[in-house]
Amino acid sequence: MTLPSATLLAQSALSGIFIGSLYGLLGLGLSLSWGLLHVINLAHFAFAFLAAYLCYQLASVGGVDPLLTLVLIVPLFAALGIAVQWLLARFSLSPLNSLLATFGLTAIVEAGIQGYWTADFRKLESVYAGEKLRIGGLFVPIPELITLALAVALSFGIYAAMRHTRLGRALRALAEDAPIAAAFGINAQAHALAIAGVSGALAGIAGVCLALSFTLTPSSIYAWVGVVFAAVMLGGLGSALGPLFAGAAIGVSEAVTMAVASPSWAPIVSFTLLIALLLLRPGRT
Amino acid sequence: MRIGRIARQVVALCTLSVMAGAPLAQNAQAPIRVGSTLALTGPLAATSLVHKVVGEIYVEQLNQRGGLLGRKVEWIVKDDQSKPDLARTLYEQLVTSDKVDLLMGPYATGAILSAMGVAQRYHKVLVHHTFGIPSMANYDMQFPAWSLGPDPATTVPNTVFDALAASPAPPKTIAIVTSKFPSVHFMSLGAREVAKKRGLQEVLFLEWDFGNLDYGPIAARIKDAKPDFLWVGALGLEGNQLLDAMHKIDYSPKEHFYMYPAPGPMSKSPLANNALSMTMFEEHAPFTNAPGAAEFIKLYHERAAKAGIPDTSVEVQAAASYSAWQILEAGVKGAGSLDDKAIAAYLKKNGADTIQGHLRFDGPHNYGDDLMRVKQVQDGHWVTVYPKAYAAPGATLRVQ
Repeated sequence: MTLPSATLLAQSALSGIFIGSLYGLLGLGLSLSWGLLHVINLAHFAFAFLAAYLCYQLASVGGVDPLLTLVLIVPLFAALGIAVQWLLARFSLSPLNSLLATFGLTAIVEAGIQGYWTADFRKLESVYAGEKLRIGGLFVPIPELITLALAVALSFGIYAAMRHTRLGRALRALAEDAPIAAAFGINAQAHALAIAGVSGALAGIAGVCLALSFTLTPSSIYAWVGVVFAAVMLGGLGSALGPLFAGAAIGVSEAVTMAVASPSWAPIVSFTLLIALLLLRPGRT
Repeated sequence: MRIGRIARQVVALCTLSVMAGAPLAQNAQAPIRVGSTLALTGPLAATSLVHKVVGEIYVEQLNQRGGLLGRKVEWIVKDDQSKPDLARTLYEQLVTSDKVDLLMGPYATGAILSAMGVAQRYHKVLVHHTFGIPSMANYDMQFPAWSLGPDPATTVPNTVFDALAASPAPPKTIAIVTSKFPSVHFMSLGAREVAKKRGLQEVLFLEWDFGNLDYGPIAARIKDAKPDFLWVGALGLEGNQLLDAMHKIDYSPKEHFYMYPAPGPMSKSPLANNALSMTMFEEHAPFTNAPGAAEFIKLYHERAAKAGIPDTSVEVQAAASYSAWQILEAGVKGAGSLDDKAIAAYLKKNGADTIQGHLRFDGPHNYGDDLMRVKQVQDGHWVTVYPKAYAAPGATLRVQ
């Protein structure tokens, strides 16, 4: 067995960071919703794909720059997140039941996407698609760089907001002990809707990133669920930075495994990481 | 006298009404019902839509020709959601509850294998269009339209390597990268053996699990290995994803082959120029000279566009689907009945004429000849390039 070259290793690790940043971005909204609202929102993935298809439609048919579609997609999906949270709150669902309810919603969204865009493949051919930077022997594709930049900016931005703003402190207090927080005058319902709106908006942003780099099919919604759940659980529920770092760790470990061994071993490595963490640090999530 | 006249009038009226009613009764014969499932939702839905459109066209044409055995044909198609286990349940329903007269296969190997088990249990003929692993087809009343021959893991790679050997720059080294999806994986393992026997030096062999999301490291390893020829055991979009990943690191393979690519996205991708694949039918002569092919192509263009299929050209999937219906029609007409054993016996003995050519079912696992030829993406279109007798007019294998 020959050793992989440094360029191969570095290029693979870079690829892992890029895919990991998308895991992190997809996981960020899910983590906030799960950790702070106790809602395991499987529909987060469906919303991300719905946003990706909307981006595709606006950019391919309407000729709009894919990044400009965020102007429409972010508020639209924030509203969608708020509407779903409002509906779920009316039924006071347990986390497990919220998982079941949002699974149903995912199936409905998937059927809607297939009804409108058909099951056939849709690929956004944007101006960014073929663009790349060259740094030494390494190539940095622009769409993936955009995803990384958005994931880092949003994760650190939300982390800062959670630590240094009244809203963030209120949200953390609610997640810690809702009745005590309410006794201090924090409006639990309004804050829950706010966080659901943020989570929805994050699904929209992740969707635009998906459309920039991936070919879309309705059923590919489910391809992301396992690995993003792993990133959220590794990163810690409700954590803003956790999914990004965990996503990057998973992405890089998988990519390096692919570079030095067989690509088919990659999922074994990432899920072994998850199991090890759950065993060594039980109760962390 | 008066009573006699009345009686005559009654008899005449009865005769008239019987005569008038005769054709009505004939037309009112129950239609022959053909049952099948397709993956109308789920990950296989994109390709299944092709089979749905083709089936609808064929049944319509068949009924315009008078149907089967003087009866109209009705196609009952259920959604197996891309799940082989559900396909099994639905075929069971089709036979026991819907009591269909004939069966048509579902889409893709897993579901077909499920349907085959049900067909075997009820002694029904199963004609199917897209079964990828002939050695697993152990039921003697199943008939494949996917004309791979009984040992495609040897014959298909040999055809590809023959085509490359006849090109201006035959490869000396090969990288084989493959999905572990069963119907492409065994072909890639076969390619590995065949390449070794033919003296090609293997510089890379990689496998990934179906559903892999990151092709960057695989692309980097291919670039590092610098093969003359890249064999990709890819299914559907995997080929495009790998091409995108290679492009992102500024690499394009010299010569490259994809086992079962998503035909439209692959031919339309500017990165796929010169990509090779296998075919049994393309929209050019000599394939289009087959009886009925031209009319089918015209109808398919219209219906596929109406169904929202982005790529409306007739290629392997659509042709295999049409062939499957031709096999079923030939079997029923040849046997002159709906008796499954009689249909199977007729097909085994006579084969069937299809738009791919004549198909035999008298070999191992009811497979006949390997009719796979080599096609290549040239200027945004798939064209057959090998063997010469099936090449598009003026087309030859292009190399970088």
